[in-house]
Amino acid sequence: MGERDVQVMPAPLLEIRHLTRSFYGVHALDGVHLAVNAHRITGLIGPNGAGKTTLFNCISGVVPPSSGSVVFDGRDITGWRADRIANAGLVRTFQIARGFPRLTVYENLLLYGGAQPGERVHDALFRTSAARRREAELVQKAQAIADRLNLVRLLNAPASSLSGGQKKLLEIGRVLMADPRIVLLDEPVAGVNPSLAREIAQHLRRLADEGLTILLIEHHMDTIAALCDHVVVLADGKNLAEGTFAELASDPVVQEAYMGRRGSAR
Amino acid sequence: MENYLIAMCVSAGIYALMALGVNVVWGFAGMVNLGLVGFFAVGAYASALLTIKAHWAIAGGMAAATIVAALVGAVVALITVRLRGDYLAIVTLGFAETIRIVASNAIWLTNGTDGLSGIPGPGRGTLSPEMFNLVYLAIVGVIVAIAYVMNERLRASPFGRVLRAIRDDEQVAAVAGKHVTLFKVKAFAISSAALGLAGALYAHYTSYIAPDIFVPLLTLYIKLALLAGGLGNDRGAIVGAFAVVFLLESTRFVIPYVPGITPVQGAAIREFLIAAFLLVMLRYKPTGLVPEQPTRLPVPPAPRYQPTA
Repeated sequence: MGERDVQVMPAPLLEIRHLTRSFYGVHALDGVHLAVNAHRITGLIGPNGAGKTTLFNCISGVVPPSSGSVVFDGRDITGWRADRIANAGLVRTFQIARGFPRLTVYENLLLYGGAQPGERVHDALFRTSAARRREAELVQKAQAIADRLNLVRLLNAPASSLSGGQKKLLEIGRVLMADPRIVLLDEPVAGVNPSLAREIAQHLRRLADEGLTILLIEHHMDTIAALCDHVVVLADGKNLAEGTFAELASDPVVQEAYMGRRGSAR
Repeated sequence: MENYLIAMCVSAGIYALMALGVNVVWGFAGMVNLGLVGFFAVGAYASALLTIKAHWAIAGGMAAATIVAALVGAVVALITVRLRGDYLAIVTLGFAETIRIVASNAIWLTNGTDGLSGIPGPGRGTLSPEMFNLVYLAIVGVIVAIAYVMNERLRASPFGRVLRAIRDDEQVAAVAGKHVTLFKVKAFAISSAALGLAGALYAHYTSYIAPDIFVPLLTLYIKLALLAGGLGNDRGAIVGAFAVVFLLESTRFVIPYVPGITPVQGAAIREFLIAAFLLVMLRYKPTGLVPEQPTRLPVPPAPRYQPTA
């Protein structure tokens, strides 16, 4: 790999340095580097098996990397427990809308609210005023987020009763409850109908405009083109290329590895 | 007959306390604990030994039994923290058997398979047997009521919400910022505390404990009580415990009327009937007599409609 250009930019909010991860001898990640600048939407694309989700798992503490480092806001968070990373302000979603099917939409949202003293046994048993006050705040916040995402009618419904698209919206809502500094979204519009996909993209655009930093895995190229300021292409666990979507779409290396004719036809 | 009914209610109360305890790990957090009789035994032996050998007051013995069982529960949870489902079930089953075998062989402490007798009971000897039973029923009733209120508070609290989230998806709960191991250890400790207290209540009620009381069958009775009552629901845990004791005892009266069987065969038929009850229950009412209810919170009056631009 060649030298990276020195960017005339403030330090990135999230920086991945030479990250590797092997599973039983297979190099899922083979020296990936990545810089995500604050208040931007950065896209992460690549063919199936490129290592995108593994990269998310390594960043978010779900799977420890074999080597390399993850630096978030100037702190080396490599090898931290997943909950500690989340509480530091880095929150991710999962590709297949995962979550808590037997909890209600309300509870799914409230759960992501941090700093709830009621999660301690003592405060839970004695219903301390601190726990009740925080719960009231979180309920307010959950209502506001549900309102924003059109989920108000479903607040008391179990999450398992939601449609695929609504589950995707709920994932975004849960992440917002955590007041994150950066969110890692794993295919937020996969399998969603086109009009809802546009709606989700609008939500993400507005969130970025409000100051949120987003790292986004997506196969839906229109969404990537519409949202991302900067796009990174992974293939076979390595960096293949990066740049604006327009630059990548005309890059023959990327076309060959990933987009095929679809990219050149644009 | 009244005395017999009161004794059955005491049994049912002790079963209810165990079912409430197990509900915390199994019902709320979704962890299978097939070793619950082990924690029951730890509590029973702790309180019996402290009151017989160290001459502690009964209340002190019971408090100590609760704490000791909670600590043992925390240790077992730490050891098994990476295990889930069947693996956790088999290791906890092994734990309970280990406790039973230790109780059988540590003769210097537990008197081995002969068991411990002469465990004091509150007012035993001074009160009439009927009064003793009534007093004991009142004690058990108060403890079950307190345990019920505590369980309900935990279930409805943010703490309970985290446990139920872990039940659905441990990994997502971690990504949501929850220290999953810590919550599991706490849940196990709370659950084991209730089981240990139930063991102490049993020991002081019957005045005699021995290793062969703490067999895996008792674990299954409690599991059955929870399944029948409604897993995850605290009222269900109590209803289920009474249902199981009623079932166990009623078969005792029915069997003698079945002609042509020996008492040993009769005992076997009893187990068979209980197994059949469990199967019918799981087939036709898998959520139990009192199913778990979703929590409801107030929703803002009318959602503000925002036309999309």
